[in-house]
Amino acid sequence: MTTLMTADGNPRSTKRRSQRRPDTWAGIGMSFPALLGLVLFIAIPFVYAIIFSLQNIQVSQAHPAKFWGLTEYVRLFTNPIDSGPFLRAMLNNFVFAAVVIPVQTGLALALAVLLNRKLKGVKIYRTFFFMPVVFPMALVAVIWRLILDRSSQGLLNSALNAVTFGHVQPHDWLGSSSTALASVILLSIWQGVGFQMIIVLAGLQEIPQERYEAASLDRAGAWQQFIHITVPGIRNTLIFVVLLTTILSFRVYDQVYILINTAGANQNATQTMLFQATNAVFNENDLGQASAISVILFVIVVIITVVQRAVLRQRNES
Amino acid sequence: MSTHAATRTGKKARDYVLMTAAAIVMFAPIYYLLIGSLKPSNKVLNGFAGFIPTDLSFHNYSAVFSALDSGATGYFGQFFINSFLISLVIVLGGLLVNSMAGYAFARLDWRGRDKLFLVVVLLSIVPFESVAVPLMQLMSSYRDSLIGQMLPFIVNPFSVYLFYTFFLDIPKSMEEAARLDGLGPVGTFFRIIVPNSKPAFATVAILTFLTSWGQFLWPSLMTSNPAVRPLPLEIGVFSAQTPPNWGQIFAFGTLLVLPVLVMFLVFQRWFVQSVAGSAIKG
Repeated sequence: MTTLMTADGNPRSTKRRSQRRPDTWAGIGMSFPALLGLVLFIAIPFVYAIIFSLQNIQVSQAHPAKFWGLTEYVRLFTNPIDSGPFLRAMLNNFVFAAVVIPVQTGLALALAVLLNRKLKGVKIYRTFFFMPVVFPMALVAVIWRLILDRSSQGLLNSALNAVTFGHVQPHDWLGSSSTALASVILLSIWQGVGFQMIIVLAGLQEIPQERYEAASLDRAGAWQQFIHITVPGIRNTLIFVVLLTTILSFRVYDQVYILINTAGANQNATQTMLFQATNAVFNENDLGQASAISVILFVIVVIITVVQRAVLRQRNES
Repeated sequence: MSTHAATRTGKKARDYVLMTAAAIVMFAPIYYLLIGSLKPSNKVLNGFAGFIPTDLSFHNYSAVFSALDSGATGYFGQFFINSFLISLVIVLGGLLVNSMAGYAFARLDWRGRDKLFLVVVLLSIVPFESVAVPLMQLMSSYRDSLIGQMLPFIVNPFSVYLFYTFFLDIPKSMEEAARLDGLGPVGTFFRIIVPNSKPAFATVAILTFLTSWGQFLWPSLMTSNPAVRPLPLEIGVFSAQTPPNWGQIFAFGTLLVLPVLVMFLVFQRWFVQSVAGSAIKG
């Protein structure tokens, strides 16, 4: 959710600048608990992430950690043992993002346009589409693990078999390398699309109705109205939704962890960078490597955020 | 004229068909969870028949409580209380701490304010996930404790920012009377600003509760003792049993989501508005 910041960094002055700065003590006092938390739980661990990533450091260290510079990073990208899974995890993150961003945003837009009509009962439909958003990802993974079960008893396999009159044989959706990531993507979109839909819907309702009326008078069809009024009208919202999804898609973890560990999902095809990082800690006690992965993840998220700022700024100027 | 009306009715019908089809697809997994939780365990993973409501009973629910009622597995009530306490402290603590900071940055005039606010904004782009591993190491003395699961999430730079933007929009006149009556900044905040900012507090509370109730990564790093496990982590453990007892797992899942689902259905309007509102503010 960090993308919501439009960092102008300059709060509107509530008072003219005075010599005495009358609220100094209250200001410091009231912001102190929050600042303390930020330093303790974000700033310091972040500095440690960098320090750990430059060391040969284990979780339960028998021997003292020693500084070894960028070795962890070099290993992650070039060492045959470490780089395979890591690069695969990174690729999975990028593929996940590349599919989820357009598909989920497109679906959210379609649903929002559909629900923006003045039809009776539209609010009930809104409830249905938004409901999955309140489901914890851990539970979503468990439900979909059964829907996608490899046996003929899995809901999807059974349905496909019935629809095709037995021509489609049961498929191991989560275990097969060709469909595992697609399955994770599917359930992630199911859970997340309602969130985006609501945001887009809020954007749609900001578009003045007169524009559509004027367009109707000019005999513009539904599609033309969509392209020339709707899309430009929610351009900012769409940019926001796309960038939010991009950032969230690099933080994917819960569903991947559960599906790999309890449902036998294809690890190679579904692991993400965060999975790699926790795996390095749990299975190899390798704190240095986990920290290096965390730092790389951070760099990717920052690059996306910076690009977002640039795009948003451009939009504000135009 | 009549053809016009006919196309309009046709369009309406088409919209309803589309919406209903989409709603069925979106609701199907939830329905599957609810129905499955009421079925005998061997009838849940049962092809399309698992979807049909037969043999319904609340047996699985009582079975979940009896399956999880020993020191070895942990108690269901215990997981629930853990999740509840963790979320409660994060939500209430977060409302207090983040709103005070948002107020200090938005409405008070003090030395260092702008620079510190920039720090808040910069730190907000650090994803928690990228500091989780070193933080786990730094907080090793809080392993297997509830407090270790709460502390890092009370302060949330995003919540500070949400409060900040809300408070910026409050008319100045509201505070002035209080100030003239001799209330200090702290008094003004608690007596005037807080009672008049209910939507802001509701938004932050809802968004915070949603994320803290579903937390998985941090407890998976920080806990090994079932006594302090929160619900989402336990459903991962519970569903990994062999052979899996699907009816009970789905009953567990329903119990896990029920508080949020009920809250969502009751406060639906706020829920939806808060999500939309926070996006538009940004």
